Amino acid sequence: MSAQTTKGRDFHRLTTAWNIAFHAVAGIFALLCVFPFLFVTIISFTDETTLARNGYQLFPEKWSVEAYTYLFKAGDQLLRSYGVTIMVTVIGTVIGVVFTALFAYAISRHSFKYRNFFAFFAFFTMLFNGGLVPTYIIVTQLLGLKDSIWALILPLAVNAFYIMILRTFFSTMVPDAIIESGKIDGAGEFGIFFKLVLPLSLPGLATIGLFSTLGYWNDWFNALLYINTPNLVPLQSMLMRIENSMQFIMQNSQNASLSVGVLQSMPQDTSRMAMVVLATGPIVFAYPFFQRYFIQGLTVGAVKE
Amino acid sequence: MGAFGRFFKNINKNAAMLIMVLPATLWFIFFSYLPMAGMVIAFKEYRYSRDGFLASIIESKWVGLQNFKFLFSTNDAYIITRNTVVYNIFFIVLGLVIAVAMAIMLAEITNKRLAKVYQTGMFLPYFLSWVIVGYFVFSFLSLDRGVVNQVAGWFGIDPVNWYSDPTYWPIIIVVVFLWKSVGYNSVIYLAAIMGIDKSLYEAAMIDGANKWQQIRNITIPMLTPLITILTLLAIGKIFYADFGLFYQVPRDSGTLYSVTNVIDTYVYRGLKSTGEIGMSTAAGLYQSLIGFVLVITSNGIVRKFNKDNALF
Repeated sequence: MSAQTTKGRDFHRLTTAWNIAFHAVAGIFALLCVFPFLFVTIISFTDETTLARNGYQLFPEKWSVEAYTYLFKAGDQLLRSYGVTIMVTVIGTVIGVVFTALFAYAISRHSFKYRNFFAFFAFFTMLFNGGLVPTYIIVTQLLGLKDSIWALILPLAVNAFYIMILRTFFSTMVPDAIIESGKIDGAGEFGIFFKLVLPLSLPGLATIGLFSTLGYWNDWFNALLYINTPNLVPLQSMLMRIENSMQFIMQNSQNASLSVGVLQSMPQDTSRMAMVVLATGPIVFAYPFFQRYFIQGLTVGAVKE
Repeated sequence: MGAFGRFFKNINKNAAMLIMVLPATLWFIFFSYLPMAGMVIAFKEYRYSRDGFLASIIESKWVGLQNFKFLFSTNDAYIITRNTVVYNIFFIVLGLVIAVAMAIMLAEITNKRLAKVYQTGMFLPYFLSWVIVGYFVFSFLSLDRGVVNQVAGWFGIDPVNWYSDPTYWPIIIVVVFLWKSVGYNSVIYLAAIMGIDKSLYEAAMIDGANKWQQIRNITIPMLTPLITILTLLAIGKIFYADFGLFYQVPRDSGTLYSVTNVIDTYVYRGLKSTGEIGMSTAAGLYQSLIGFVLVITSNGIVRKFNKDNALF
């Protein structure tokens, strides 16, 4: 995908008609992929009564920021959920990257006698798993994590796929000579790993870190399984719980002035869509800058060692 | 030195590495291997005991294959298996064709900057959760406010109660799946196309091959290994469904279960709503076992034809 390849392709052009057709198909599909987000954003800025009368419209008669002002007034649940999501994402990504990198590095080293055993130990979990019910029972009854923040963090911390990606990365990108030179300098295995290998592996770690960040940010399944207390409900899960009513947000709002009477007049539909925008916004604006890491990870992951 | 001594010497020599693998190994034990062992519940009538997890498992009564008998005596087993497999077949075939076609188009478009813009646009759905996608779909399909019913109204067509009419859901599910996945699959294929040695195309040009011949005889054959591996992975997962797609997008609507209930949603509902622990564990074991056999078999078949294209 370098500039060189692009330039080299000039000699082999399409006819104009096909070029236009390809532009049309690819362009329209790309637009369809982005459109729902734009549409939901427009809905969130629509006046609630206009919306009740006309339905969801691309060009609403009357615009309004009521949904957002309402959310900032009554939104302690929103804020709390944001906090939970950020905390879970940060802690989870750090733990995940550290665990994954250590394991992947060890099984990438030929000097590690048990590397094949541990590689298989991880790989086998990609082929076979215990399923939802035993996992649920172990997390709740053995580990006792129900209604604990760790139930949102630990189940997503490690996965064999990321280990395979990172192992490929370590064994192709980190030359043995560097490790040998570290040994000659008298560094221990951990010294070599932290001082020599990690600095060279930042792109690989970034890839895993971003996959992990995305996974935590978008997770609602673990909250659906393990979380009941409103204090620990992450963003995506909150969006799910308010799907049919804004009751959830009202019940858990400490702002007493916003009581039942307000329930009828508050911007329900637009507020829900505003929350969708607030939950998705960071991703939509950040991903174009990070997408190359995802592409790298997806392509490395699709090719075996 | 005895075997024990050698063993300890090895442990000592590999101590640093063993410490490195320890955290993730513990994770795998708790989150992968203990659940595998926990599958014995499928052969038991699970009762929760106050004395904790182990006691619960040990004290629960053995019932042999009774859970499986119950599972397969209902119509549910057939419906969830059919839905899971048939949807996946459509996902695999359509997903592959459209993603490869899209990647080839992106690679051939002469304006590279626009191609990059298209690619970025198509990639967006990959980054969104199924909860968000559920909201998106709702903005189109809502009975009184959705776009689709509004547009239908312009043509005098009566509004459809989408979330309680199963007729259209097989199509909706497939379309939403493709919408979310085509972008990132085409990104993978596009990266592979960009990696093809361009001297192959130059040679073909000298031989007078036109664009379509180049695509057919160079691009597609060069993509075949990647296509095989990705399809193989997908076939291995044909007994697994994306829970979010089948739970969030139809808003868990009961009237749609005939076309939206898959093994994963069935297991979840057995656990959380109906409380049939034994039967849902049995369904999960059924899924894991067949999935395992499928991935081993399909890999074996590919191995027979071309070792390099096999996964393991």
